Amino acid sequence: MGFGARPSGQQQKARDEASGLIKWSRNNRRAITSTLFLIVMLIGFTLANPDVFSQFKTYRSVMIALPVSMFLVVPLVFVVTAGEIDLSFPSVVGLASYAFASIVDQGGDPLMGIATALIVGAALGYLNAILVVRIGLSALVATLGMNFFLRGLINIIVEGFSIAIPEIRGSFIHSLMTDDPIKIVDHLGIPNQMLWALAFTALGVFLYNRHSFGVRVHCVGDNPESAAEMGIDVNRTRTLVFVFTGIGAALAGVFSVMINFVWWPTTGDGLLLPVLAGLFVGGTPTWGGIGTVFGGAIGTSIVAFIETGVIAAGLTGFFTQFFYGLIIILSLIFQRFNGGRVR
Amino acid sequence: MKNGYIIELKNVTKSFGNVNAVDGISFGVQPGEVVGLIGDNGAGKSTLIKILSGVHQPDSGQIIVRGAEVRNWNAARSRESGIETVYQDRALAPQQTITRNIFMGREIKNRFGVIKVKTQYEEANRLMRDIGFTSKVFDPDSPVATLSGGERQGVAIARALYFDADLIVLDEPTTALSLVETAKVFGFVQNVRDRGRSIIFIGHNIYHVYDIADRFVVLDRGKVVMTAGKGEIKSAEVLMKHMQEIAEMAHADAGLGDA
Repeated sequence: MGFGARPSGQQQKARDEASGLIKWSRNNRRAITSTLFLIVMLIGFTLANPDVFSQFKTYRSVMIALPVSMFLVVPLVFVVTAGEIDLSFPSVVGLASYAFASIVDQGGDPLMGIATALIVGAALGYLNAILVVRIGLSALVATLGMNFFLRGLINIIVEGFSIAIPEIRGSFIHSLMTDDPIKIVDHLGIPNQMLWALAFTALGVFLYNRHSFGVRVHCVGDNPESAAEMGIDVNRTRTLVFVFTGIGAALAGVFSVMINFVWWPTTGDGLLLPVLAGLFVGGTPTWGGIGTVFGGAIGTSIVAFIETGVIAAGLTGFFTQFFYGLIIILSLIFQRFNGGRVR
Repeated sequence: MKNGYIIELKNVTKSFGNVNAVDGISFGVQPGEVVGLIGDNGAGKSTLIKILSGVHQPDSGQIIVRGAEVRNWNAARSRESGIETVYQDRALAPQQTITRNIFMGREIKNRFGVIKVKTQYEEANRLMRDIGFTSKVFDPDSPVATLSGGERQGVAIARALYFDADLIVLDEPTTALSLVETAKVFGFVQNVRDRGRSIIFIGHNIYHVYDIADRFVVLDRGKVVMTAGKGEIKSAEVLMKHMQEIAEMAHADAGLGDA
């Protein structure tokens, strides 16, 4: 046999000798593009204001809230790779963290609060999956509807009141998860939530590339008919990505409340556009089948640094949105070199 | 295995809306035989194939694998039973690597679901060499989208080969292939038969099917209308004549319906 055979011993040898580095960069070019973009952007900001961007505390301040976005972007990369979208995550963040905050506020165990938040998040993710996978609604419209519906539910339940939980400060779980580092290891001043977010990202990268779940997500998003013909349970895979996003949103919500000591009825609301921008800027295309979890984490970092950078560069806050837009478009142009649209 | 069939369908039906795509078909495949499945467009070939491969579940009837009836038949079960299908559309995920496509749905993994990436890569590499992929333009990490039609067919066949299936279903395997590539597919069929495995070969080209099959099963409007061994049919022309008669019968029936 020999399909498309061009046999030549020399060519075979050349293929075997293809350097590992070249291969690695070819396989990871989308993540590499967004990382280079972040570095170039930070160099630009440093040139504009060397004082601010040579100080570690600038980076530290960004790392306080950035983890919340990272817990969202990691599962969202799975959703988009599977050919779906979830726009309900801001309200899932709100509702799951409401469960956490109200349990802690009523004197409950914070661990119990976290467990409840995770269950709420997973259940809401499953509800999205029922609408999209079982009933067959458009993911875009159904999850947008869920976003309004759940936020409305929050407003009806709390009638505008927020929940402050200052008592959580100093508790073991709080110091384990957020800001005040436990003084066992010197973290170089990196907030604990950032370390958790990095660990979560690493788990995401592993699942996405090395676990059969992640690989099946790729196949389902790339060609659902083929995936089904090869025995992949397409509906189950799609359901799991929505549940995963619900869990990520619950974690994001818990961390958000832990960082701020307050739950607001608007918690999560402002995350929709920055997180989605970070996802796409990071190198995951809209059409499904491919993406990068690491790139997604980098993309949210790019978005998080824009505001700080714009202000530090001496421009007024009026420029922030302008630069958001500019950087999103520029980064997509760079990602274009990694392959055009396939659909 | 009292009847000796690898897989047997008994009175299987499948309808879509009010179309009876498969209307009570009974059909089996014995070890080492090449069955040519023929019929006009809409005869039910694709639906029958998708029932065999588990993509469609039959509305009624039995599926018997090596003598035992199987319930809750699906694509994963079909593959576990030793049936591999090379679909007309190749069933590939074009943006994924060759390796990922070969192991799609049946990854080499440990019990925690962690994929043995290195093993898969090496197996894919070996398999590509076996079927004659020696280009340096691509390797097991190349996306399938970069391959030609014949090369994609090669990946789809390599996949069926890897899992050492007892029955390989080839759905229109020569469509859109060059003459040289078609000859390769024929060589492959010969090869599989020599190893004592079975093939179901679906084709539009009666001459191709005649050359390759030991037994012919002709479908028309969801039913088996003719089964014949190669000994009963002297040449491709005779087979062609039978097919024409069946088509005329169908025509007449349709005319009757109009009247």
